[in-house]
Amino acid sequence: MTTDGQKNQPSSTDEFIKGLWRDNPVFVQVLGMCPTLAVTNTAQNALAMGLATTFVLVMSNIVVSSIRNFIPKQVRIATFILVIATFVTIVDYAIQAISLDLHKALGAFIALIVVNCVILGRAEAFASKNGVAASALDGLGMGFGFTFALLCLGVVREVLGNGALFGVHVFPERFQEWVIMILPSGGFFTMGAWLLVFNALKKRKANAAGPREEAA
Amino acid sequence: MSEMTTLAPPEVPTWRMYRAMVGVGLLCGLLIVTAFQVTAPIIARNRAAALQRAVFEVLPGAASSKTFVRQGDAFVPLPEGASDTPAVGEERVYAGFAEGGDLIGVAIEAEGMGYADVIKVLYGYGFRENAIVGFKVLESKETPGLGDKIEKDPGFRENFKALDVSLDPAGKEPVHPIEVVPHGTKTSPWQIDAITGATISSKATGSLLRKSTAYWMPLLAPRRGDFEGSR
Repeated sequence: MTTDGQKNQPSSTDEFIKGLWRDNPVFVQVLGMCPTLAVTNTAQNALAMGLATTFVLVMSNIVVSSIRNFIPKQVRIATFILVIATFVTIVDYAIQAISLDLHKALGAFIALIVVNCVILGRAEAFASKNGVAASALDGLGMGFGFTFALLCLGVVREVLGNGALFGVHVFPERFQEWVIMILPSGGFFTMGAWLLVFNALKKRKANAAGPREEAA
Repeated sequence: MSEMTTLAPPEVPTWRMYRAMVGVGLLCGLLIVTAFQVTAPIIARNRAAALQRAVFEVLPGAASSKTFVRQGDAFVPLPEGASDTPAVGEERVYAGFAEGGDLIGVAIEAEGMGYADVIKVLYGYGFRENAIVGFKVLESKETPGLGDKIEKDPGFRENFKALDVSLDPAGKEPVHPIEVVPHGTKTSPWQIDAITGATISSKATGSLLRKSTAYWMPLLAPRRGDFEGSR
């Protein structure tokens, strides 16, 4: 975002990596908070939600970038939403076919992927201006970044709230579960703690890079 | 973007917008229909399997099950090829049979308001025991760690291994309607021992079962033959 020079000749690895770390949709851009807080009560739900979002993100980026020259500016948002809604519907059917229990656990949030601003944001900010391959990579990177962030929350919340990880108990029977962690408020606590960690890391990096840049 | 506010966007003929929207709409429609066609049979199979598993769970010993529809006072087997989702007003129950084909009981769906949202359950009625012999929560949004214990708490589940619902001599209503009592004070087979810390969810479970059994038991008890004669 800050380095325009890089944007002019982006390497394909760069398109991929930026979503994972530098422009992480959750921890850096703080987008898509609704599913981030709502369905990260277990690691499995977080993973499923992340992968479903990744699929929608990649597919909508591919379609949007391949039809970008054919869509008049005035109707672009409506068209993007149509494309996104289509893939969300497909994911909804696919998850029902894979596991009804998973579909029940994710509930309304599958359908709500359609309003996840990460997806429309990437369609508008990236896919509508770049080629198909770059857009697919951008979607994949952002999707994995989103999945990674959801997992960060899901793992912490499940371990503390259920004493388990992916349904397998990791604490002795005597461990008193922190029920609040699987309640909605636990999502906010965990999110706040992770943002603290990420901002501290960023600050440290900036401090470390600062003097070197001055020397150069 | 800031340019857009100062400069008027270039004129685009309306037909081009129509072309774009209709084109994309058609493409999307096609994709959705394809996805639906591919997944529909798998989803239907999953639903049927999940229901079957639940029926076996609430009717211990059951090895096969069959869906019945209520018609007036009688129960008839669901015709082959009928839709998986009951029509409005259609009442279905699921009979479970043992290995040899003996009738074990009937699984019934019931629902009632819980603490957070509607609780949906499936329970098994054993003809021989004249009691509820199994219980499973199908859907609930009770508070995790408190109310959701109605799904897993082993002590609470113990209540539904033989919960008495026998009818009065006239066969009109259960002699002892199901009661929920505070934890540790259960003395009679028609009482449910509540979970400490989940009183509202326990009471909601008791109340939905009380209502459902008061409705179904007088209908089911005299019609045992409908189910036995069907195999």
